Amino acid sequence: MPTVAMKFDVPVTVDESKCIKGCHLCVDVCPLDALAIHPETGKAYMARDECWYCTPCEVDCPADAVTVGIPFLLR
Amino acid sequence: MMAPETLTLEADVLVIGGGSAGSVAAIKAKEARPEATVLVLEKANVKRSGAISMGMDGLNNAIIPGHATPEQYVKEITMANDGIVNQAAVLAYAVRSFAMIQELDGWGVKFQKTESGAFDVKKVHHKGAYVLPMPEGYDLKKILTRQMRRVGVKVSNRIMATRLLTHDGRVVGALGLQTRTGAFVVIRAKAVILCCGAAGRLGLPASGYLYGTYENPTNAGDGYSMAYHAGAELTGLECYQINPLIKDYNGPACAYVTGPLGGHTVNAKGVRFIESDYWSGQMMMEFWRELQTANGPVYLKLNHLAEETILEIERVLHGTERPSRGRFHAGRGLDYRDRMVEMHVSEIGFCSGHSASGVWINERGETTVPGLYAAGDMGSVPHNYLLGAMTYGKICAENALQYIGGAGEPGVDVGQCEAERERIFRPTRERNGLPHHQVEYKIRRFVNDYLQPPKVTTKMEIGLEYFERAHRDLAAIGADNPHDLMRAMEAHFIRDCAEMAARASLFRTESRWGLYHYRVDYPEMDNERWFVHANLRKGADGAMEHLTRPVAPYVVPMTDDELSAYHKLRIPAAQA
Repeated sequence: MPTVAMKFDVPVTVDESKCIKGCHLCVDVCPLDALAIHPETGKAYMARDECWYCTPCEVDCPADAVTVGIPFLLR
Repeated sequence: MMAPETLTLEADVLVIGGGSAGSVAAIKAKEARPEATVLVLEKANVKRSGAISMGMDGLNNAIIPGHATPEQYVKEITMANDGIVNQAAVLAYAVRSFAMIQELDGWGVKFQKTESGAFDVKKVHHKGAYVLPMPEGYDLKKILTRQMRRVGVKVSNRIMATRLLTHDGRVVGALGLQTRTGAFVVIRAKAVILCCGAAGRLGLPASGYLYGTYENPTNAGDGYSMAYHAGAELTGLECYQINPLIKDYNGPACAYVTGPLGGHTVNAKGVRFIESDYWSGQMMMEFWRELQTANGPVYLKLNHLAEETILEIERVLHGTERPSRGRFHAGRGLDYRDRMVEMHVSEIGFCSGHSASGVWINERGETTVPGLYAAGDMGSVPHNYLLGAMTYGKICAENALQYIGGAGEPGVDVGQCEAERERIFRPTRERNGLPHHQVEYKIRRFVNDYLQPPKVTTKMEIGLEYFERAHRDLAAIGADNPHDLMRAMEAHFIRDCAEMAARASLFRTESRWGLYHYRVDYPEMDNERWFVHANLRKGADGAMEHLTRPVAPYVVPMTDDELSAYHKLRIPAAQA
């Protein structure tokens, strides 16, 4: 059946200047597995709009690079 | 995706779900029998998984000597559940919960204590005092993870179980999906303890955001569905979980933290209308009624409190359990000092941790299928909360170990494995199939439209028709990566739970537990006919079938006055 890709505003922001290459702590702790390491930059990013705004990715980041916002539909 | 590889694992005791109940079950099983292989399957990562990914701000049902007795607690839970409880199971928790607190204390969990070093217990329930604050409870999950590592529990993260393996009428393991590599997983085990949490992705939150649920959205009803397909009985599924939450944010406004500090639930006029903020169906009924009047909506009122009290509330509520609420309020320009916090009724779910909807277990944590145990939010001990999850984790571990001593080697049914492999990976052949999120959204919107109380018979029947038709939508889902396969299988769990919610609600032709089971066609409680547990299981023909079980004679006798105490929660308008 026909399908189409859509853009979503996502709640987690990663500051690439602070994010440490090779570290994937935020990806590990996300209960929804919504974060990923970008294959080109080696930095973390929010790959899916599946977020409980629960904050382990932010709290457990050793570089203070992750910020959890409130999903658009709720804020 | 390539053809899936198969990962085969073996364990003496398999724990499915590494949250609060599962972590403790695994620790206690391994401690008691160090030579046994104890394996935890976790669909997320045990460091931050389950209902309390960011910890918890207190124990809501602590029975501390000098503050309450196990018998008082059993009475409180019996009255909060309109009498339909297996008191022996509640009592088993109550008599063992203090030892669990002491054990957690020893593991480094920090509880609030008085200057003299005693546990600082608070009153939130209608009758007794059972709340033990844990203002620094944000590390709870890390402490449990450390303890699992110390005793040598094996943990496999990012594996989602999808079906239990059965053989000769007993549970002998599980089948599932590695959600990163896409491997098909077969686990043989002598006993299985299900600790998969609530069915928290059943109703759709008012925000419309699929993952903006009260419960951690990883808890999609996996355990309810797996237990059902393995032939286990489920109980009280009509006694939904419905909670009073912060509107849109959908986390607890948290009367348990703010109540002892002077906060309370009020209507738009700032006036209290309920005696007790403890979550019960009867309390939710008064809350919902207030929403329908000119006095609505309902609010959490803190703006009368002193600055130092508000600072303490902010420190606790913006640091544990759902810490992002601080930034939610900031985004809307709300300060507890100036304005009240608007509250709303949550989406529906199954959860024995808060209400009484679970997989039927007795006081030994046994389900009705040999080799299968359940603990935590999905085990049927009512209002069991966090401490009940951990205590029943321990109870299940002890009895599972005893069981495997007498059980033979588990056989594996190859046909069952192949059928499940086909079911899990079918979406990979439908590259242009339906997206999982659209299928899930539709099922959950039907849950809201047709199952949410007040329950109307014809509406629930319409809902049921769709949930049956939804099998076709599930079969048409497409996925090209392991993550989306996980979400597709979760949509199956959600559909199963939706059908169970509809059928269980239609079966009990009376109203009970306040809003949780308010049927407008049968508005009265009918003790003559319905003073029973209503259970549901998979029948021999593969369809859902109902049965009732009598309420076992009380071990803690109740007077009629005590039994109706939770029906007197509304503060008469004249006094307010």
